[in-house]
Amino acid sequence: MSKYTEDDLREELKTKEYEYGFYTDIESETFPNGLNEEIVIAISKKKEEPEWMTAWRLESFKVWKEMTEPEWANVHYKKPDFQAISYYSAPNSKPKYDSLDEVDPELLATFDKLGISLDEQKKLAGVAMDVVVDSVSVATTFKKTLAEKGIIFCSISEAIKEHPELVKKYIGTVVPQKDNFYAALNSAVFSDGSFCYIPKGVRCPMELSTYFRINQAGTGQFERTLVIADEGSYVSYLEGCTAPSRDENQLHAAVVELIALDDAEIKYSTVQNWYPGNAEGKGGVYNFVTKRGLCENNAKISWTQVETGSAVTWKYPSCILKGDYSVGEFYSIAVTNNFQQADTGTKMIHLGKNTRSTIISKGISAGKSQNSYRGLVQISSRADNARNFSQCDSLLMGNECGAHTFPYIEAKNKSAQIEHEATTSKIGEDQIFYCNQRGIDTEKAIALIVNGFSKEVLNKLPMEFAVEAQKLLEISLEGSVG
Amino acid sequence: MDLKDKLVSSFMAFENFVDVDAAIHDVRSEAIKTFEIQGFPTKKDEAWKYTSLNSILRHDYSVFPKEENALEYHDVKKYFIHDIDTYKIVFIDGKYSSHLSQTTHDGIDVCLMSAALSKPKYRLIIENYFNKAAAKDSLTSLNTAFSQEGAYIHIPKNKVVEKPIQVLHFSTGNESALMLQPRNLIVVDENSHVQIIERHQSLTDNPILTNSVTEVFANKRAIIDYYKIQNDKDSASLIDNTFVKQKRESHASVHTFSFGGQLTRNNLNFYQQGERVDSTLKGVTIIGDKQHVDHNTLVHHIEPNCESHQDYKGIFGDRSTGVFNGKVMVNKEAQKTNAFQANNNILLSDKASINTKPQLEIFADDVKCSHGCTIGQLDESAMFYMKSRGIPEKEAKALLMFAFSNNVLDSVKIPEIKQRITKLIAKKLGVNLGFDL
Repeated sequence: MSKYTEDDLREELKTKEYEYGFYTDIESETFPNGLNEEIVIAISKKKEEPEWMTAWRLESFKVWKEMTEPEWANVHYKKPDFQAISYYSAPNSKPKYDSLDEVDPELLATFDKLGISLDEQKKLAGVAMDVVVDSVSVATTFKKTLAEKGIIFCSISEAIKEHPELVKKYIGTVVPQKDNFYAALNSAVFSDGSFCYIPKGVRCPMELSTYFRINQAGTGQFERTLVIADEGSYVSYLEGCTAPSRDENQLHAAVVELIALDDAEIKYSTVQNWYPGNAEGKGGVYNFVTKRGLCENNAKISWTQVETGSAVTWKYPSCILKGDYSVGEFYSIAVTNNFQQADTGTKMIHLGKNTRSTIISKGISAGKSQNSYRGLVQISSRADNARNFSQCDSLLMGNECGAHTFPYIEAKNKSAQIEHEATTSKIGEDQIFYCNQRGIDTEKAIALIVNGFSKEVLNKLPMEFAVEAQKLLEISLEGSVG
Repeated sequence: MDLKDKLVSSFMAFENFVDVDAAIHDVRSEAIKTFEIQGFPTKKDEAWKYTSLNSILRHDYSVFPKEENALEYHDVKKYFIHDIDTYKIVFIDGKYSSHLSQTTHDGIDVCLMSAALSKPKYRLIIENYFNKAAAKDSLTSLNTAFSQEGAYIHIPKNKVVEKPIQVLHFSTGNESALMLQPRNLIVVDENSHVQIIERHQSLTDNPILTNSVTEVFANKRAIIDYYKIQNDKDSASLIDNTFVKQKRESHASVHTFSFGGQLTRNNLNFYQQGERVDSTLKGVTIIGDKQHVDHNTLVHHIEPNCESHQDYKGIFGDRSTGVFNGKVMVNKEAQKTNAFQANNNILLSDKASINTKPQLEIFADDVKCSHGCTIGQLDESAMFYMKSRGIPEKEAKALLMFAFSNNVLDSVKIPEIKQRITKLIAKKLGVNLGFDL
């Protein structure tokens, strides 16, 4: 075998096509393009929502109209035309099925291609899935097992109908409607998403998981996720996405709210692989996501993310450490290639006493991509003995990409202990030489090094997910991960 | 009338007593336009997110001091580094004071900006260097528009300047509020070596605002050591804009010691325009009361094989606020760059706060860039160790803080400055330590 060098790898990266790019032809019911009050009301009506929800949406829409798109992020893109997007699209084969056999076979084939054979996974992985294809949940499994424990895991539209008291109490409490431009847009037009409630003292017996998929051309997807862990409970939640190859830019503006009450723990893991655009930087998904969690006393929220897709990513999963002794964690790998741009990071807001947070961020940039870490650690004056550790490492492959670090650290308490460190490096020739010398070829060596570089984060993913994360790293940096 | 309007209209008055036909005047007119468009920075500007100028801009500053003021040397002796022989350029209320100064034209030029701007013998240097490093932001432009007086230092090839140069700015408080805009130019040619000490000192309780711009050019293999001592009265504020351009194999270092002033903002910018350049940016900040010190640094690595070291230490008491905003940019071409940045802070009070933003922007792959930043407290076990051996708490604390800032003092090359700074720190911490560092 001829010698495989970093140049070859770069060459491969350039030519590597998006493997999951396909399009399932399911008859969809789609709203006309554009956004106005009638569309918002129509979405609400379509979902058979109660009045308070419609009012809440309209209020959000009003706020959104007043707002302008944020421009501070280190990304450059053509702004989406919000009037050229259809805000609702749902697969047609309604009503809901009793068993999987009744599901549109084409839809099932889509899942097969994605490697999520539902029936198999039910047994093998022990993962309950709330599969979202174009905004409406079509299959929810393991509901019964969960129901026995009193766990509610359903689509948010179902929750609005069946558990309005919970939704009403918590929606918008962590991410208010007027939080930012995209959160306001999402609050007005969100079509579906997942809802999860873990009752007091219950440890959720399985990993809850949702697969998202943008399917219909020209439809933005506006997901809304609400996870509530009641006192002393535990849940691990997985979210993963793949999207088919498309030419025009698709907009994805999701909102995720996590609420961990006293002594509760939420682990939220994401693998994101939206279509990144082709090698010339054409097409690709815009991913503008607002994710935030609230920790009460002694609660813990842990975010883990593997970001490999999207043309533009704008995402800052955050923790508000409100209660005393609460803990926030953020583990992230962001891989950018070709013309991808990522501006991602976290915010740790320390409000309670003796709060702790950890941030580990790994950025890998290749091709002509730009990868930015932007984080905020804020210690309020009442947050005695707050502790933070942040580490941001960047790996550059090739000299046409860029890595940027924008950490903001604001301390107002003298007992705070904050450490931040960041490094930027490339794969060392000596490291590769060391491997070569021991009979490991360059391709394998790069794989080993990249793997080692991101190991701290990969280790944090649940078992079932780690495999998929590896797979996605493989696609993004083909040939470098073994 | 707010300060911006006042300044813009003062520019017309200013035109009456400078040579408007000189080429330099086009630069001034251009600059006042830039300032007029941009205005003073506000908290909405990313670079000024943590520093608000509102509290100092509300005074009715006079822009042109009316009368000449004289000071006796023995009154202000303590502000000089007086135990060594130095060249001195001294300004009182923005006007040159010849009897306090000691300038030279013997082989090197240590003189005045006003002379350099008007005399033909300096024309070449002015044309090649003046306003060539300064940024076009609003405050720098404001200074450029009114640039007239300041220090002019030109060291020709192969000269080692045998004694340091002190640049001092005094303000006497004859005006109820005074705004000063000194403009300094320092050009060091090939293989030359110079040491400069800069200090701004107010002798009054009237508000003083200084918006200073210094341009420093280090040509091939030049060595420049620059020390800024900022220990002003609580009524004085300083906005210091320093721009350093370095050619290949040159070494430049800037040490900033900030112990006083109401609001101090240091905009320190390094541009590395040659290979194997070495830049050092270090600072110690020890403040209390309601003081505010903001360090805003930029190191722009443009060429390969260069190094930069940044090390800023801060100790904040009472209601003081500290800001550190360090930026390292590495261009695509600047391979093999080695950039290091550290910012360590200690908060002594719950009312004090620190905002820090160490920022890296990297476009080259074969580089070593790292930054670290910490906020913490004095080590309790170390405190206990000293207290158990009979060292009072206050002294023990002071010792630890000395140790904390020692990294920065270590690289100070003039022993007298080191001593002076040590004394200042001891005074600031209210202790009398029986040793010299």
